[in-house]
Amino acid sequence: MSKALLYDATLCIDCKQCEAACADQNKLPYDDNIAKEERQSEHKFTAVLSKNDKYMRRLCMNCQEPACVSVCPVAALRKTSEGPVIYEANRCMGCRYCMAACPFGVPKYEWSSLNPKVRKCTMCPDRVLAGRQTACAENCPTGATKFGDRDELINEARKRIQDNPANYIHHIYGVEEVGGTSVLLLSGVPFEEFGYRTDFPRDPLPLRTYQVLSKIPDFIPLGFVTLGGIWWITHRREAVAAAEGRQAHQAGKELK
Amino acid sequence: MKIKFTFWKAVFLLIVAAGAYGTFVRFFRGLGASTNLSDQFPWGIWIGFDVLCGVMLAAGGFTLTAAVHILNIQRLKPIVRPTILTAFLGYVLVSVALLFDLGRPYNIWHPLIMRNPHSVMFEVAYCVMLYTTVLALEFSPIVLERFNLQKPLKVVKAVLIPLVLLGVILSTLHQSSLGTLYLIMPTKLHPFWYTPLLPVFFFLSAIAVGLAMTIFESSMSSKHFGRELELPILQELGRVLLVVLTVYAILRFEDLLHRGVFHQLLVAGYERNLFLLEIVLALVLPLTLLAIPKIRQSAGGLYLAAVSVVLGFITNRLNVSITGMETAAGLHYVPKWTEIAITGAIIAVGFALFALAVNYLPIFPEHREAAGPEAPVAAKAAVLSHAGD
Repeated sequence: MSKALLYDATLCIDCKQCEAACADQNKLPYDDNIAKEERQSEHKFTAVLSKNDKYMRRLCMNCQEPACVSVCPVAALRKTSEGPVIYEANRCMGCRYCMAACPFGVPKYEWSSLNPKVRKCTMCPDRVLAGRQTACAENCPTGATKFGDRDELINEARKRIQDNPANYIHHIYGVEEVGGTSVLLLSGVPFEEFGYRTDFPRDPLPLRTYQVLSKIPDFIPLGFVTLGGIWWITHRREAVAAAEGRQAHQAGKELK
Repeated sequence: MKIKFTFWKAVFLLIVAAGAYGTFVRFFRGLGASTNLSDQFPWGIWIGFDVLCGVMLAAGGFTLTAAVHILNIQRLKPIVRPTILTAFLGYVLVSVALLFDLGRPYNIWHPLIMRNPHSVMFEVAYCVMLYTTVLALEFSPIVLERFNLQKPLKVVKAVLIPLVLLGVILSTLHQSSLGTLYLIMPTKLHPFWYTPLLPVFFFLSAIAVGLAMTIFESSMSSKHFGRELELPILQELGRVLLVVLTVYAILRFEDLLHRGVFHQLLVAGYERNLFLLEIVLALVLPLTLLAIPKIRQSAGGLYLAAVSVVLGFITNRLNVSITGMETAAGLHYVPKWTEIAITGAIIAVGFALFALAVNYLPIFPEHREAAGPEAPVAAKAAVLSHAGD
């Protein structure tokens, strides 16, 4: 069963316990200055954004069909069936296609390192694969970030909107965006206010490249046969012309 | 041997010195210190120019070998060798440029054993690797002839046709795949350039640029190596170029029309200006020039049209990879001087290697008898004068 996180912005109090827990879990530095940084970076995998006393978390969405996983030429990024999108640094060659492809702009890079890694939230794979919840969910004091089965969380989110329609934007972000994500968001203010674009396609992005790539196995033999055929025709034409020329020449001799 | 110190040699050394310093910064201080790349803008000119344009500019290799060996157009034979040389050098330099751009260049071999067939990049990596090998083999007869190694020469000539077929197929795949790379970014790439037809456009334009580069090169080398211009051959290429450009232009127009992008041209802006520049250079100007028989048949007209096509499609590749990405990234990317210095040095080295090869190997038909070490050094310096192009 695929796991997911449900973040309900209306329950969030901006205590930043999720940030601190995330830093601790991923062995990242964390202090008051980093707490003030309202964006994800190579040393901060999740950030709580605030705007007019409204809050919103940003973290890797751990897509159901991640663009980053599909584009990685060396399979350094992988989607686990439990939900987390994980990264194996020692496979990575640093092409940064994952960064270019991610619609949410999540993967960050260690630009100052001579042996740089891609950094992002990986949804605490060690914990989730061992049946525990993510560090951020475990440390959330208000239940704003909740860990659970994706289907159940979607039902719960629907119920929350139904029970309190005035409190919520009537949209669960992440159910359908780019084919669905393992992070689901509820908010009282439009998602765009915090940089979540709502104009994303509903189909998974990897489909678009796969539609082209899947034709290659057919294309190669077809190409060989077509090109080989053209080669045969153009050279055969020459051979025939030469043979006919010889015949004409001989016919001319016999006439004399 | 006495080496004369000319102006262009000085320029060449200057470019290479700047590139060497850039290389030091890149490999001892990292990508952050040597580039203006960022988390919002992870691909710059090393991908947009060195890789996308580099591979496109080397497309003459497969276009010409296909024309001569598969379509059996023997008239074009005299210009196959310089074209293969350009293509081979081009692909080698693209690979070198990749070593600069990759964050972990020592892992460049990983796709050999760590496969992800769903990745366009994986497919490109394989095709480029295999095609560079094919080009090396297609190029090898020139070296083998030079040293009169008859036995290996016989072997290569025996497998030449399958090699050419393989080269054309690999080129079709990766030239189009460089466009497919961007199909996964519908939310980022500007609608002027994002279209499901990207792979088709990249492939067709590679053929056009392959032809244009061949015309450009022949004109250049006739000037700098004191050779006679193969005008009838170039006229023929010009005619084919006209056809390819026309097909491309119709498809591009249809695509823009069907996606309803034209009304965006009414809004003044940075993207629109660069889009128009691309369309004028790549299509309007060369199509006009080539459509007029008198211009199409003149050496000067052909040269101008070819240069325009090359510049136009360089603009296209930079638009797809850089201009079209900036709004979504929310920033304006300008390459750092080290990025430009390294790109410049790679181009300069390419020109120098081309000149060296022409001097020491039987590349041009009339050289095949008389290739010797005393070939003019001045020719090299003259070619270098275009290193900054």
